[in-house]
Amino acid sequence: MSDLGTAAAEVAPAATEAAPAGGRSRSLAADAWYDLRRNWIFWVASALVVLVVLMAAAPALFTSADPTACDTRRQFAGPAGGAFFGYDFQGCDVFARTVHGARASVLVGVLAVLLTGVIGLAFGMLAGYFGGWLDALLSRIVDVVLGIPLLLAAIVLSKRLAADSQGSGIASVVIVLGLLGWTTAARVMRSSVLAARSQDYVAAARMLGAGPWRIMWRHILPNALAPFVVVLTITLGTFIATEATLSFLNVGLRAPAISWGIDIATAGKHVREAALPLVAPSLFLTLTVLAFIMLGDAIRDAFDPKLR
Amino acid sequence: MVRFVIRRLLQMVVTFAGATFLVYALMFANQNDPIQALAGERPVSDAVREVLTERYHLDEPFLVQYGYYMRDLLTGDFGTTLNGRPIGEIMADAWPNTVKLALLALFFAVLFGVAAGLVAGLRRGSVFDTSTLALTLVVVGLPIIVLAPIAQLIFGVKLGWFPTTAGARPSLYGLILPALVLGAASTATMMRLTRASVAENVRADHVRTARAKGLSSRRVVGVHVLRTSLIPVVTLIGVDLGTLMAGAIVTEGVFNIPGVGSKLLLGIQTEDGPLVVGFVSVLVVVFLVSNLLVDLVYALLDPRIRL
Repeated sequence: MSDLGTAAAEVAPAATEAAPAGGRSRSLAADAWYDLRRNWIFWVASALVVLVVLMAAAPALFTSADPTACDTRRQFAGPAGGAFFGYDFQGCDVFARTVHGARASVLVGVLAVLLTGVIGLAFGMLAGYFGGWLDALLSRIVDVVLGIPLLLAAIVLSKRLAADSQGSGIASVVIVLGLLGWTTAARVMRSSVLAARSQDYVAAARMLGAGPWRIMWRHILPNALAPFVVVLTITLGTFIATEATLSFLNVGLRAPAISWGIDIATAGKHVREAALPLVAPSLFLTLTVLAFIMLGDAIRDAFDPKLR
Repeated sequence: MVRFVIRRLLQMVVTFAGATFLVYALMFANQNDPIQALAGERPVSDAVREVLTERYHLDEPFLVQYGYYMRDLLTGDFGTTLNGRPIGEIMADAWPNTVKLALLALFFAVLFGVAAGLVAGLRRGSVFDTSTLALTLVVVGLPIIVLAPIAQLIFGVKLGWFPTTAGARPSLYGLILPALVLGAASTATMMRLTRASVAENVRADHVRTARAKGLSSRRVVGVHVLRTSLIPVVTLIGVDLGTLMAGAIVTEGVFNIPGVGSKLLLGIQTEDGPLVVGFVSVLVVVFLVSNLLVDLVYALLDPRIRL
């Protein structure tokens, strides 16, 4: 990762290299931003993320076709007019369906990551700060949840939730991913809280009479947040992939919702007749997942002093 | 060493109990009417209802049901599916295919991942290094539901190099493409991990000593660099088994391999609770035991670790 970054930096004009040497010292965040700015992977990933979010927020910017207006007379017809990817088995506009599919993916990913973030933050902070029996108990809970591979548990749980709920199933997929996917974030948070807890400024705050909650919120949290945010960014990418997988397996989102996973599953059955309906959502899904993973990777490289 | 093994075993028992309970609870808690679900649309007579209630302990409290289930599970009795087939029998049919697939996937992952990682780590910054790194990034981001159908399309349908589906009695050749697909993500992570630790180890003191002793570079790389670099890779194998088993559900579905994954998927789609819980429990055990083995293999590989 870092090698790709430095390789690109060598190509770029070397003027930025000398700039910070004599100036005032930078904070870790400013230092990371300085590194990040010169990393082309960061810019590519950011551009892709912006594009996907835009697609989710305003699909009308990209296509005027209605993704649900299907006509079997156009079944497997090739690209024509605004339908850059042709038509699928049902005669739906593949490009329109792919663009509209971004909304469910981004929505599920963001909401599930928020849920994961809240659970992971609470677990990591409590276990890391208080330690002792609380840490032992919480760590065992993390072990138990980690003992079940995420996809297996998600399949079992979402099948259960789907039986009880109506509609597109977005809420149940969010709950499934949020409740099962927080373990890595919690572990990362715990270890950075552990590291921050023994710093001098925490001891100073404690001597000045600050209570545990104030120390956690004002002193430890801001200093332990960076690795946590990085993990959450990567988790967002894997959640989008998991949502698509669940929908692919028919235990995720359901018909009124347009999901890349569902479209990939149906197109896969008719791949001998037409390949484009399979390739288009696959491409968009891959780029979206990749964008978040690359973004997280780039930020981690920038924040990790060991790699410099 | 003995204390370490005992501690890890105790930890494993706790995790196993928690994980199976979680799966059991998810599947069976607040179930509406399992007997009606079993019968489908048809009405259920009171006599049948009574027999089934007794057989599946449906009138007992939830925790007691779980207790019965654990007792059966630990004595090797996995119960029967809702339509009366013994789950142990289905598992015995399905396991060999999945084990073959997973081992083949792991073999490809270790072979390609370690080889590419070693070369890249020894020649950091070279064209090979940067291009394989970029490639692994793409592979890590490729969800298996994309990779499996696309690989099937390109290598099965268009090029015809491999059979598109494996069929009821899959041959080793038919499993190659599914195994490559299944192992792709692991290959990429293994390559990155090997590369990172090789790059770190070539500068380590013990490697410099080995060079100073006049050993051939083949021996330095093969024994002194590679052996220490394999430790994180071994950990990853343990972690990856979980991913492999979960990925097998999709891969077996796409390539039509009659393994554990496709049976599990069938169980989920037919709402066959006992089948799903039985299969998932066994998968969880496999996952936990392999992680335990990995921890023990550490000590053999790294002379610095004295337990």
